[in-house]
Amino acid sequence: MNRVRRLFAWFGRGRTTVIGIPYVWVLAFFLFPFLIVLKISVSEVEGVVFKDVLTLKDGLLQLTVKLSNYVFITQDDLYFKTYLSSIKYAAVTTLLCLAIGYPFAYFMARARATIQPALLMLVMLPFWTSFLLRVYAWKGLLSEHGWVADLLNMLGIDYMLVAAGVIPAMGKYMNSPFSLVIGMVYTYLPFMILPLYGNLAKMDLRLLEAASDLGATPWVAFWKVTVPLSKAGIIAGSMLVLIPCVGEFVIPELLGGPQTLMIGRVLWDEFFSNNDWPMASTVAVVMILLIIVPLAIFNRYQAQAQEMRR
Amino acid sequence: MSATAPVFLQIDDVVKDFGGGAVAVSHVSLDIVKGEIFALLGPSGCGKTTLLRMLAGFETPTSGRILLNGQDLAKMPPYDCPINMMFQSYALFPHLTVWENIAFGLKREGMAKDKIVERVDAMLKLVQLGKFAKRKPHQLSGGQQQRVALARSLAKRPQLLLLDEPLGALDKKLREETQIELVNIIEEVDVTCVMVTHDQEEAMTMATRIAVMSEGRVLQVGAPSDIYETPATRFVADFIGNVNLMDGTLAEDEADHCVVDCQDLKHYVGHGITGTAGMPVSVAVRPEKIHLSRAAPAGDDDGPDFNRARGVVKNMAYFGSFTVYHLELPSGRILKVSQNNTQRHREHELTWGDEAWAHWSRQSQVVLTQ
Repeated sequence: MNRVRRLFAWFGRGRTTVIGIPYVWVLAFFLFPFLIVLKISVSEVEGVVFKDVLTLKDGLLQLTVKLSNYVFITQDDLYFKTYLSSIKYAAVTTLLCLAIGYPFAYFMARARATIQPALLMLVMLPFWTSFLLRVYAWKGLLSEHGWVADLLNMLGIDYMLVAAGVIPAMGKYMNSPFSLVIGMVYTYLPFMILPLYGNLAKMDLRLLEAASDLGATPWVAFWKVTVPLSKAGIIAGSMLVLIPCVGEFVIPELLGGPQTLMIGRVLWDEFFSNNDWPMASTVAVVMILLIIVPLAIFNRYQAQAQEMRR
Repeated sequence: MSATAPVFLQIDDVVKDFGGGAVAVSHVSLDIVKGEIFALLGPSGCGKTTLLRMLAGFETPTSGRILLNGQDLAKMPPYDCPINMMFQSYALFPHLTVWENIAFGLKREGMAKDKIVERVDAMLKLVQLGKFAKRKPHQLSGGQQQRVALARSLAKRPQLLLLDEPLGALDKKLREETQIELVNIIEEVDVTCVMVTHDQEEAMTMATRIAVMSEGRVLQVGAPSDIYETPATRFVADFIGNVNLMDGTLAEDEADHCVVDCQDLKHYVGHGITGTAGMPVSVAVRPEKIHLSRAAPAGDDDGPDFNRARGVVKNMAYFGSFTVYHLELPSGRILKVSQNNTQRHREHELTWGDEAWAHWSRQSQVVLTQ
C-alpha cells in the first residue's frame, strides 16, 4: 500500500500522469525517431555505416554536419516539384472533402435526433474494413469496364476530365490525377465530416431564426451565420485531411500514375530503391518542417486571436 | 386603452395544432392598439410562445388570420416583415461585434453604408453602449447583452416589436432596474410591443394590458390592475399574485350585494353576480386586503361592514417589508394574511400559536363562478 502511494507521489498527482503518458508516447515514438532521422540526414556515409556526427579524437570534439543533401534538395527541382505537387493534391483533396463533407455534415446535424446516431454510424462504417482493401477496390471500379468507369463513360464525364487534363485519355481513369484524388477524397472524407458534424450539431439554431427575423434569406443566413460559426470545425477537418494527404504513400502507389509525383513515393524510392538513407532522411525532415512550421504559425495566430478576444 | 383607437395588430381566431392531440393555441382572438405594450402571460406550455412565434412568422397558424395594419402576415415571408423580435436569452451572433450585430439587419436591407453607421450609432446611444461597440457579446454582462439585443431588434425601426421573456436571463435586482429602462426605451422609440413572459411581476410593471393564457386559451384580457383586482376565473386569481380562494355556495344574490356560504364564515360581498342561489362559487380575497388584530373588531358578526374570521397563527414568513401570516380557521383551512411592517418593532406582535381576528372590507373580495 505504502509503495503504491510512493509510486503515485513519484508520478506526481494523477493529472500529471494522465497528461504525461501521451507525452511520453510522443517523445518515445515520434520525437526520438525524428532525431535519429535528423541525424542520419546530416551524417556522412562510409561504405555502409554512418559516421557519428560527434566524434572525440585526440581530445578534440568534432561536430561534422553534412549539409550537402539539404543543398541538393534545393538544387534539384525534382524535389521542389514533388513537394509542390504533394501539397497541390492534398489541397485539392481537402477542398473536395470540404465541398462534399460540409453539406453532408450539415444535413446530418439537422436531421431528426433519433436518426443521427445511425447516420454517424454509417459515416464510420468504412473503418470496419481495411483501408488497403477499400483503396484497392477502386482499382477495379475505375479500370476498364469497372462500374464507376462505365458510369462515367455513360454520363460523358470523360470528355470533361480529358479537357481538364486529369486523365490521360478517354476512358482511361486509372493511374491518373483523377484516380488519385478520388482515392484520397474517398479515404479522408470521414475525417472532414466528423469534426464538422460535431461543430454544426451544437450550433444554436435560434441564431438562424434571429438572422431570418432581421431580414436574412436562408442562403444569406447560411453564409453570414452558419459558416463563420463553424470555422473551428472547418479548420479541424481541413487539418485532419491536409496533413496526412501531403505525406500519403499507399494511395498514390495504388491509384496514382507517372504524372502524380508525391513526396511519399519519392521517400520510398530514396530509401528502398536508391538505398540513399541520408537523402531519404533529408526529404522526410523537410516534409515535416513544411507541414509543421505553417501549422505552428497558424496555431500561434489563432491563440493570439483568442487572447485578443478575451 | 380607449375603445376608439384603431386596431393595429389583429389576431383573429388563431389556432395552432402541432398534431399529436395537443392544440398549442386554441381560437385566440386579440386586438392590439398602436403604442401598446401587450403582455402574453401564462405558465410554461400555455401557448404564449407559440403565439409569439406565429407573430414573428416562424410558425404559420393552422387556421385563423393575423393582420398587421390590415395586412395578412401569412402573405409576407419572415425576412420581409416590419416585425422584429428580441429573443429569449438574446440569440446574439457570437462571431460578430456589438456594432456588427446591430448592423446585421440594416445590411440585409441594402441600406447605404453611411446611413447604417448613422443608425447603428444612434441605436448604441439609445441603449448607452457606445463604448462597447467593438466588443463581442461574450465580453459583455447579461444586462449589456440584453441591451444589445434590444438595439438589434429596434435597428430596423420595426412597426411591431416582439419580446420573448425579455428579462428572463437577468437576476432579480438587475431585472427590476431593467424593466423600467426597457419601458422607457420602448416609449422613446414609440413602437408597439407584444411580450411573452411567465413572470407576472414583469408583465404587471411593463405592460399596458395583459392577456392571461392557459392551455392554449386566453382566459382574461385587461389592464394589470383589472387582472389583479377583478380576476375572471379561479385560475387567473391564483396565477396572478397570492390569493385566498374559499369554496362555498351562493346563499343570496341581489343587485348590490351577495352572500356566499363558506365553511368557516358567511361572506358578504359588495357586488352582485348573475347566478342562482345554491350554485357553487368561490370567494377570492387577496392577503394584503385582510387586517389582523388580537381583539375582535367592533361590529356585528353578520355585519354589513366587513367580514371577519377567527383563527390561530400557524406560520409566519418574514419578508422584510411585510410579513405573511398563516391563520388556521376552525375548519382547519389556512387563511393567508399579509401585513405591512410599517414600524420597526411593533408591540404585542403576533407570533406562533396566538389567537387573532382577521377582517376585511366587503369591497375587497371577488366572487368567482368559474
